[in-house]
Amino acid sequence: MRIAIVDESAARASVIQEGLASLDDCEIFVVTERRGLVARIGEIAPDIVLMDLGNPSRDVLEEYFAVSRALARPIAMFVDQSDDDAIAASIDAGVSAYVVDGLSANRIKPLIDVAVRRFNAFARLQSDLDEARGRLAEREAIDKAKRILMDSRGLTEPKAYAEMRKAAMDQGKKIAEIADAIITAHKLMGGK
Amino acid sequence: MAEELTIGFLPLVDGCLPILAREHGFAEDEGVSLNLVKDVSWATVLDRLLYGHSDAAHMVAPLAIATTLGRGRPAQPLAVPFVLGLNGNAITLRSDIAQRVGVDGKLGDPAQVGAVLAEVVRERVAAGNPLRFGVVHRYSSHNYMLRYWLAACGIMPDRDVEITTVPPPFCADALEAGEVDGICVGEPWNSVAVERGVGQIVLATAQVWRRGVEKVLALREPVLNEKRGAVERLIRAMCRAGRHFVDPANWEANAAILARAEYLDGDPVLIRRAIADQLLLARGGEIVEYPDFMFQYREAANFPWVSQAEWLYTQMVRWDGLTFDSADAEKAARVFRPDVYRSALIGTGEPLPGASSKVEGSLRQKTSVSTQQGTMTLESNAFFDGRVFDPSHLAEYIAQLG
Repeated sequence: MRIAIVDESAARASVIQEGLASLDDCEIFVVTERRGLVARIGEIAPDIVLMDLGNPSRDVLEEYFAVSRALARPIAMFVDQSDDDAIAASIDAGVSAYVVDGLSANRIKPLIDVAVRRFNAFARLQSDLDEARGRLAEREAIDKAKRILMDSRGLTEPKAYAEMRKAAMDQGKKIAEIADAIITAHKLMGGK
Repeated sequence: MAEELTIGFLPLVDGCLPILAREHGFAEDEGVSLNLVKDVSWATVLDRLLYGHSDAAHMVAPLAIATTLGRGRPAQPLAVPFVLGLNGNAITLRSDIAQRVGVDGKLGDPAQVGAVLAEVVRERVAAGNPLRFGVVHRYSSHNYMLRYWLAACGIMPDRDVEITTVPPPFCADALEAGEVDGICVGEPWNSVAVERGVGQIVLATAQVWRRGVEKVLALREPVLNEKRGAVERLIRAMCRAGRHFVDPANWEANAAILARAEYLDGDPVLIRRAIADQLLLARGGEIVEYPDFMFQYREAANFPWVSQAEWLYTQMVRWDGLTFDSADAEKAARVFRPDVYRSALIGTGEPLPGASSKVEGSLRQKTSVSTQQGTMTLESNAFFDGRVFDPSHLAEYIAQLG
């Protein structure tokens, strides 16, 4: 089976590709370029196209399928209504699947399942990464606020941190929020 | 507790009414809380609607009919209780072609522009390199307006010119790269192409059909039935948003809201221009005012006239090469739900037309019409070629169009 993965995120495409590589009898093509998409799909002549829901070229590809339906390789949007659960799962995961008409459901199902799992795994990775980035940004803000307190009030580092922690507890806020407030106030007062 | 409704939208100026209903608290006042989900393709807006991620969606009108008739996806009946606006699109050509066919410094006459364009089309066909146009979706008003105009000027789409799909954010790129020679798209995307100096606006779609249906609010029919109360409250909130949107006192503030990252993520100056019916046709030129370029409120603009749904069906038959089918025509007509609009607004100050269908393109001047509530004067709703669409003779209309 020839599978095209269309994704502007090369990282996600490779995560999906890796997952599908474990299936027998699959030839996988990854398309990350927006330009020339339709021509490239024409060359690949895939049996299945997987495309992320956030891809702005979905309308372009669907038009191509609609127009080329009269040609040799008719492609259906998704599978058919009998696969509603599989489709719903794929939409939830954020991936759309276009399948050549007539391909049997039992060949498609495992493939869609893998794609959905991989999409979900990638989304988890992404949110872990975002969280890690967020924590890093918080730590930077706290350090910066500490320095402001140390410079402006001649506090030691542990004392500056203790003051911020106390303010956070008193106001029921996170230390990072107190740090942001200190940085903002400092900027407004003409600091750098 | 306010009932929650999730609405999908694409970042376009005409997605304004649900956004403003939320931002100005009009929805909250009606006891409905709106959750807005932004996407970047109509395919995804539609999928979210069909698989329950959203309750309602900002949608190109023909797509609601295509989905009901099972064109492209398995058929699912959609319902349109509210039209989000009329027109608001323009046709932008690559600058060299625009200069040849356009009238310097103002919008041209559609028939005259079309006549000169036909010469360009013939040259390009003879050279084996036919003109290519980009539209935002196969089932969009843009596609049908562009095709209507071209065909009426003797230029046959798919034979003399190619028409292909280009997502709005890439329209300016596609013009610049020479992938297309012209685009028919909503704002702010024509203006983006103009500002970048890659194209010039030659026509507004409001010149092709003075009161052409554009975006709609679409729901799955079962969802409409299930959440009927909340939908009616949403309709009242969006009517109020429409009144706010067209008031010049609010243009600046509304442009700033729409420009925000979570909505259009665009330039407030360009958005304000569209709201104010102002167009910069060519870079470095003067701004031109074209009244009713966008049409979001007056004359019960949001009323889902059944005749509009039927007109869209005739165009679908015409351009998809279908055979007219009276059962399909009926299904298409039933997508537009004036009954829901009426029951939402009865007892409010909004005018309600007496009829649910009208002869489109028949008015040449201001005309008072009978109403169920309030008073209403309709202005010209003409097609540029003078043709009239009588919804009681669909098959004959299609046959006449050829």
